[in-house]
Amino acid sequence: MALFTCRDLSFAYEGNTVVAGLNFSVQRGDYLCVVGENGSGKSTLIKGLLGLKQPQGGEITRGENLKSHEIGYLPQQTAAQKDFPASAYEVVLSGRLGMRGLRPFYSGADKAAAAEIMERLDISLLAGCCYRDLSGGQQQRVLLARALCAAAVGSGSGHGLRALLLDEPVTGLDPIVTYDLYQQLSRVNEEAGLGIVMISHDVRSAVLYASHILHLDGGQAFFGSAADYAASETGARFLGR
Amino acid sequence: MPNIQNVLTEMLSYPFLVRALTVGLLVSLCAALLGVSLVLKRYSMIGDGLSHVGFGTLAVATALNAAPLAVSIPVVVLAAFLLLRISENSRIKGDAAIALISTSALAVGVLVISLTTGMNTDVCNYMFGSILAMSKGDVRLSVALSVVVLLLFILFYNKIFAVTFDENYARATGTKSGLYNMLIAFLTAITIVLGMRMMGAMLISSLVIFPALTAMRVCKRFKSVTLCAAVVSVLCFFAGVVISYLCATPTGASVVIVNIAAFLLFWLAGALRTVRPA
Repeated sequence: MALFTCRDLSFAYEGNTVVAGLNFSVQRGDYLCVVGENGSGKSTLIKGLLGLKQPQGGEITRGENLKSHEIGYLPQQTAAQKDFPASAYEVVLSGRLGMRGLRPFYSGADKAAAAEIMERLDISLLAGCCYRDLSGGQQQRVLLARALCAAAVGSGSGHGLRALLLDEPVTGLDPIVTYDLYQQLSRVNEEAGLGIVMISHDVRSAVLYASHILHLDGGQAFFGSAADYAASETGARFLGR
Repeated sequence: MPNIQNVLTEMLSYPFLVRALTVGLLVSLCAALLGVSLVLKRYSMIGDGLSHVGFGTLAVATALNAAPLAVSIPVVVLAAFLLLRISENSRIKGDAAIALISTSALAVGVLVISLTTGMNTDVCNYMFGSILAMSKGDVRLSVALSVVVLLLFILFYNKIFAVTFDENYARATGTKSGLYNMLIAFLTAITIVLGMRMMGAMLISSLVIFPALTAMRVCKRFKSVTLCAAVVSVLCFFAGVVISYLCATPTGASVVIVNIAAFLLFWLAGALRTVRPA
């Protein structure tokens, strides 16, 4: 059973269909990159998978009893966040909120998990720093830590994080930081068997790191393995070959 | 310069001042806590809009000879939900919607006043506040509601942070952000109505906005911003009341002036720190 299965899925804004005819699935351990031009419905699709946007038609099935709090999400940053007075630690810790349910305060385990994730992503030193004083790359890492923190990855508790959805995580980052981020994503993908769905304009890296590619152009131009995509006509055109 | 201890003893010997201080300190505490979230969510004007609605309802309540708080609270709470919904969904953008609603409520209030009592001191007090406004019943209700606001804020502090920082993320991971937005709007509405008659409908939103902005000049963490805003707000309110007592100035305006001074002071401290990092 797949984490996400989409059948004949379509999305619309105020009656105008932005994307239609989506048929694909994301399995456990898959690394899916969603590519396509601006306005081709990539962010809308991610919002749909998260349950933030209702489909116009078709259906999204969540498999393997996947719960909302088992999905990590790395959204595009909003303007309000850029000057938000919060420490990196506070932001990371807020990732644990989804699994707290109605219990109002964080437990020692939550705090330990936040610290552990920050250690793993090499941002422990930033814990006390103000989010708005961090560089773009550091902010992105803090948000990744928050997403991963949603449930301790591979903690053996049986209720770890199982899917990670990212909306253009490398936009605006320099090549070195971008490379680091891809490495970290590959690592969590392999180590924890996390299903990753990532929107990216960086098609070359997508082909390099992802296992599957979904290309949108108002419909589903391509869905399949990254190797097949590179060999396909759509892929060749988008890769500029 | 009179001895501060004597002044305080003297002030506390007036029951109306004790009532005003009790309610005022609680309200400024609540307003500061909620203000941090409102300012960061870019909802600062909601406080202002709600106070105008509050003015309208006070005018109508007086005309109907009804208890002011009993009429104001439900109407302002409704207005808060309406403003929130409009700023989230509608094509009319949030700030324009707030301006529409607040001027409409003001117009209704002014019309009702001129048709009934006419422009008198009562009306002036609604606009700019009066330290004498608090009756014993009001105090009891205000204290009870303030305690509720404080408890809810503490209980939902982590959720409020998450919803303030990143609403989409919170929603995606299973936090009912709509619910918490409503909670914030609801608590703000109650706080505004409670503080409005003392601070004045025109001035009450300063209690929401100033402490948060002041704290943000120097604090870098959400928790410290929240705590600092609370402390600043309470101290400024107290200082404002003392000054208004000593200089016979209007209470609401005095509190706002003290808040401005605190803001400038913190802004200067923040600016100095960035120029010359410690």
